[in-house]
Amino acid sequence: MTTSLASEPSTPPDVQESRSLELASYGDRVFRWLLTLGALFIPVLLGFLVYELWQGSRLAIGEFGLSFVTTSTWDPVAEEFGALPLIFGTLISATIALVIAVPLSLGVAIYLSEFAPKSVRQPVAFLISLLAAIPSVVYGLWGIFVLIPLLRTTAFPFLRDAFAFLPLFQGPIYGPSMFSAGIILAIMVMPYIMSVSREVLLAVPDSQREAALGLGATRWEAVITAVLPYARSGIAGAVILGLGRALGETMAVTMVIGNRHEIAASLFAPGYTMAAAIANEFSEAVGDMHLSALAYVAFLLFVVTVLVNAGARLLIWRVARGSGIGSKAL
Amino acid sequence: MSATVRPKTSFVTTPRATLAPRPPAVSPSERGTPAVDIRGFSFAYGDRQVLRNLEFSIERTAVTAIIGPSGCGKSTFLRSINRLNDLIPGTRHQGDILVEGRSVYAPGTDLVALRQRVGMVFQRPNPFPKSVFDNVAYGPRLNRLVSRRDLPDLVERCLRQAALWDEVKDRLEEPATGLSGGQQQRLCIARTLGNQPELLLMDEPCSALDPIATQRVEELIFELKRDYTIVIVTHNMQQAARVSDFTGFFDRGELVEFDDTERIFTSPAHERTEAYITGRFG
Repeated sequence: MTTSLASEPSTPPDVQESRSLELASYGDRVFRWLLTLGALFIPVLLGFLVYELWQGSRLAIGEFGLSFVTTSTWDPVAEEFGALPLIFGTLISATIALVIAVPLSLGVAIYLSEFAPKSVRQPVAFLISLLAAIPSVVYGLWGIFVLIPLLRTTAFPFLRDAFAFLPLFQGPIYGPSMFSAGIILAIMVMPYIMSVSREVLLAVPDSQREAALGLGATRWEAVITAVLPYARSGIAGAVILGLGRALGETMAVTMVIGNRHEIAASLFAPGYTMAAAIANEFSEAVGDMHLSALAYVAFLLFVVTVLVNAGARLLIWRVARGSGIGSKAL
Repeated sequence: MSATVRPKTSFVTTPRATLAPRPPAVSPSERGTPAVDIRGFSFAYGDRQVLRNLEFSIERTAVTAIIGPSGCGKSTFLRSINRLNDLIPGTRHQGDILVEGRSVYAPGTDLVALRQRVGMVFQRPNPFPKSVFDNVAYGPRLNRLVSRRDLPDLVERCLRQAALWDEVKDRLEEPATGLSGGQQQRLCIARTLGNQPELLLMDEPCSALDPIATQRVEELIFELKRDYTIVIVTHNMQQAARVSDFTGFFDRGELVEFDDTERIFTSPAHERTEAYITGRFG
């Protein structure tokens, strides 16, 4: 192309074309430059965020060091701070949420993509995406006025009687508790896990189902032995998305968890999470050390979230190699 | 299902219960009964009639090719034999198909047992994203055909039958998706053989393969017909001529002509058949 242009510079159509090409390539370069800038913005923002958290928490880090992570006192008056109950609460409430949400969401996703009649699929999928749009404070209010009274009078006494031998289900029942928070979180992350895993299941090619059915699998066996394994890494991605939500959720959790800086064996006892503590105490914190301790908690929340996500991804990456879809997305 | 009275052939009747031996070689006295008997079979998707009153039979341990223009119902016919069309809502049928003397459409037919007896190879290779071994072992495990101890032997035998053993024997634990397209298709054939079927259905098994891989699959089909009854749907008339013993020509859902392959391709009885095989339409 270039050589032919150079050899016959007088031909008008070619010149015209070369000019428009040049223009296009100029536009290309600008566009590419803009996009690169946009992409660069993310690591820069992240770095800035980490830096700010670090700066804000320097006072507390200098004072408590790593013992901040291992101690449980939280006394703003004496300016003694330890975040272990918060870390514990964050991890436990997210775990309860996933234990409840993952099987339920997968069940719904499998039903919607494999078994439901056509007239049911779309409406239900739409309702699920609506659930995801409800503000978390609404979930929190619903938790206080509906869920907690319900749990306190029915599910909690039942669990306490049925599993009395487990320390998890012993002790007095207040209502606001780690368990309530886990359930609220489960309800909140379910729409995400459901809709993503439904999409993933719909993306499994029919040829996989036909292969399984053609070899004598029942519909159910085809789902278990062919469809789910094919989709496993994508489903794992959906679970990670839910996990991220559960770790960081603030408002609804703080409304139902009881907000007590304490590690209790019983799930019926109140607890606290990192996000909830920051939201609750930041406006009332007056001492520099208290503020700095909260910034330290934010920093830790960031670290915990990154570590949990990285760990989950690593796990999936090792399990899902060679599976059909989604492995590239992770 | 398993309690049905069987003729003397000892094909797998209770696939989930017992270790079933390979069907014995067919004795000459059984040559007379067809492997598949299609009796006035019609099929429709909703209002669209796809197959019209098909009436013919398919001979045992031979290759029968079904040819015809696109949309003539070839694939639908093939998928009627193992009832894979059942997945589509709103289908209707009339008549019946008998595989080794047993009705496919009788009420109460065990679809799982049927599909274990009637294996299918699809247009595009569709191995599971599992290891090579697990692909072949899928059917036997699902239908509990052999004990865990005998599984490796069965897998090896199937891979050998599918002429794939030498290429994959050192990578049985690697994902099947890493094989080439031709190898994947032969793996899918091996996977079907793992179920020890009575009948093999092949739906344009070479349409996604390059010429060399196609040739290997055709050679394989030629080998397999010593032990299996094979029905192959193909767009490729040269392929039908090369691999099959009998050929049926379908047009607009009807069986126009069914005869020895040689006869069909040298002196077809019907004008439409001749027009199709000489490339005047389709």
